[in-house]
Amino acid sequence: MEKEGLGFEITELRLGLPGGGEIKNEKKRVFSEISEEEENGKGNGKSQVVGWPPVCSYRRKNSFGDKDGSKTSKFYVKVSMDGAPFLRKIDLALHKGYSDLATALEKLFGEVLKDADSCEFVPIYEDKDGDWMLAGDVPWEMFIESCKRLRIMKRSDVKGFGVLQPREAVKGTLKE
Amino acid sequence: MMNYFPDEVLEHVFDFITCHKDRNSVSLVCKSWHRIERYSRRRVFIGNCYSISPERLIARFPGVKSLTLKGKPHFADFNLVPYDWGGFVYPWIKVLAETGIGLEELRLKRMVVSDESLELISKTFVNFQSLVLVSCDGFSADGLAAIAANCRFLRELDLQENEVDDHRGHWLSCFPESCTSLVSLNFACLKGEVNLGALERLVSRSPNLKSLRLNRSVPLDTLQKLLMRAPQLVDLGIGSYVHDPSSEASNKLKHAIQRCKSIMSLSGFLEVAPRCMSAIYPICGNLTTLNLSYAPGIHGNKLTKLIQHCRKLQRLWILDCIGDKGLGVVASTCKELQELRVFPSDPFGAGNDAVTEEGLVLVSAGCPKLNSLLYFCQQMTNAALITVAKNCPNFIRFRLCILDPVRPDPVTNQPLDEGFGAIVQSCKRLKRLSLSGLLTDQVFLYIGMYAEQLEMLSIAFAADSDKGMLYVLNGCKKLRKLEIRDCPFGNAALLEDVGKYETMRSLWMSSCEVTLGGCKTVAEMMPSLNVEIINESDQTEFNLDDGQKVDKMYLYRTLVGHRKDAPESVWILGDLTRSEHHEPSLNDMIQDMKLKNVSGDDDFIIWESNNFKLQGNFSVYGYNPFIFFFHPVVGLGVVASSCKELQELRVFPSAVFGAGNDVVTEEGLIRR
Repeated sequence: MEKEGLGFEITELRLGLPGGGEIKNEKKRVFSEISEEEENGKGNGKSQVVGWPPVCSYRRKNSFGDKDGSKTSKFYVKVSMDGAPFLRKIDLALHKGYSDLATALEKLFGEVLKDADSCEFVPIYEDKDGDWMLAGDVPWEMFIESCKRLRIMKRSDVKGFGVLQPREAVKGTLKE
Repeated sequence: MMNYFPDEVLEHVFDFITCHKDRNSVSLVCKSWHRIERYSRRRVFIGNCYSISPERLIARFPGVKSLTLKGKPHFADFNLVPYDWGGFVYPWIKVLAETGIGLEELRLKRMVVSDESLELISKTFVNFQSLVLVSCDGFSADGLAAIAANCRFLRELDLQENEVDDHRGHWLSCFPESCTSLVSLNFACLKGEVNLGALERLVSRSPNLKSLRLNRSVPLDTLQKLLMRAPQLVDLGIGSYVHDPSSEASNKLKHAIQRCKSIMSLSGFLEVAPRCMSAIYPICGNLTTLNLSYAPGIHGNKLTKLIQHCRKLQRLWILDCIGDKGLGVVASTCKELQELRVFPSDPFGAGNDAVTEEGLVLVSAGCPKLNSLLYFCQQMTNAALITVAKNCPNFIRFRLCILDPVRPDPVTNQPLDEGFGAIVQSCKRLKRLSLSGLLTDQVFLYIGMYAEQLEMLSIAFAADSDKGMLYVLNGCKKLRKLEIRDCPFGNAALLEDVGKYETMRSLWMSSCEVTLGGCKTVAEMMPSLNVEIINESDQTEFNLDDGQKVDKMYLYRTLVGHRKDAPESVWILGDLTRSEHHEPSLNDMIQDMKLKNVSGDDDFIIWESNNFKLQGNFSVYGYNPFIFFFHPVVGLGVVASSCKELQELRVFPSAVFGAGNDVVTEEGLIRR
């Protein structure tokens, strides 16, 4: 730019149609300039400009990033139920709390529940450490972070499992 | 001549004219047609809620039954407008209620709708039948509950893409047992749970139900029961679609779906297990509309296999994970396709199988009836656009969004001027255009030259100079809405022809080069425009120096002056200067023009004069230089100084604004 007047303009690189005599308007705000600004201001890893791409905010909130489950939090865990022939999978992130989960499990295993001879079931889960824990002790958010798989166990099988103490208060049974 | 027919006959004839533009034209023919049309008008469309007031609407159309209102500017969709900018519907409802209007239908877009408004609607208008809310906010499930509970003849409750606070989900249970009139129910955008039993009972007692769109809380077994109860459905939006294809539930669903032989429109799949799509195949053959744009879970060959069953598709909305190959399947299957929308599944375009110019070319070659496009893509070439233009000369809407908005043609490294130029030259019926990619002033030269029917233009990160904007303003005679962001357009472009803005609904310019001084000038010259400056930064930073660049400007024509409900971040220019502006009286101007009053009606005056010669550029004012329709305050002043050969002048007290389908006025018409 400082070479103006010395005849170097012709060597100046600029965007535009070949042969055009227009001097690129320096004030045009190029997308990359803006996205750098935004990046510096907001510290985002990606180039983001307000309102670009022009997707309406409702759509942004409801359809992005779901494709392979890696961009939004999805917490699919296997669920096994004593007496059921097949395991199921459930997305814990879709549920708001333990009672919501209980309802969902009832729906998944409704048939088995009906057929089982009126015994109660106990939901247990395997946590990150590999321990089997009784569901319902910790806050829901903590639970979905640490739960690796779920098992709905017949209460009658509990004693042999070696997890629960006999005097421990039983919480979160399905038939509450 | 028309006096041969009694009013009732004319009214009956006018009943067949349903399009707003046509009815507006009808009202301009003569005094009696104006009167008859006015009293028989039932449906009114108001494209900008601040262009007119509810009082004046009712004064002109006392028989209005159906009202459409739009509020926030389009760019509000992209978070460019403060949430409290305006667009409140309550004042409208209040006035309609107070004046005893028998409102039956209300369609709102980008407006703020309070629960109070909904309650007032539900309790005031006994024959209220249809509520359609698109991209609105401000209400909760409580407002919906009021509508459900009180609108005894409700036929349509259609909620599209609204932000609703539905923490309490009991609204659906509020439909009384006596409510059996529902034709359309769409609550897909609600996040909360609904009472499933209430939903089933509601559907059971609604024999006329044709359209049902569920939200994601409605599980599969409920869906199956609903379909069993409503096999007559024409439009279905599925909420949750998760099931094991070998399960009993799945079999029941298949059976239920097969009974629904009338379904022509399918959407939703808000939660989906893609291996279950085969249950849908039996109805795919009848589908004319398919919207999978909220179903990222359906992709790859599951998606293409589904589409291969949909040979009658006319409208398809999908995500870009369909890929170019998938678009090839669309091209070979959907020969009736008219509208295609491809949305990004990743806002940053990092996905590997997003679409490119190849997919678009394939669709253009395979689907000759294509006339409406919204296409988010990674890249575009001039060659592709030229091919598309040749294959599909029928585009009415062409909206291209390249995810990197200044990306040139990746093959030639040239701007996309020639490609878009080909589109506007070939598509003579083009009404709406959105541009992206690297673009210079040249593309705007083409647009101004060829896009004769263009009504709406969206520009971002384009152009080199004011020339770009000037080409458009001078060339596009039918332009109604122009929205610009991040372009180097300044005061010279803005001020070249301020009269033009009165022929348009609105102009939006953000992150351009216009200054406060330039905007003030527009406001001073054009009292019939509201010029709004939106300034969301800290107030103290924004000084009042006229040389300061304006971050966001939104101007629109209006007959009711400055609005009183603007928030602090919005300044409406011209408040101070307005009182000083001397508006010449009609009589002053008539004296100057030496016109004779030929017929002395109060409402309808014709003058004649032989003394005037037409001068200057009045293509903006009309197709016939001898007959003018215009706003008496502004227009007459201009005409008087320039139209020296004017022979006939008609000034109507009530007429249509501008291009004919926007606003109803009582003072005059500006026509191009």
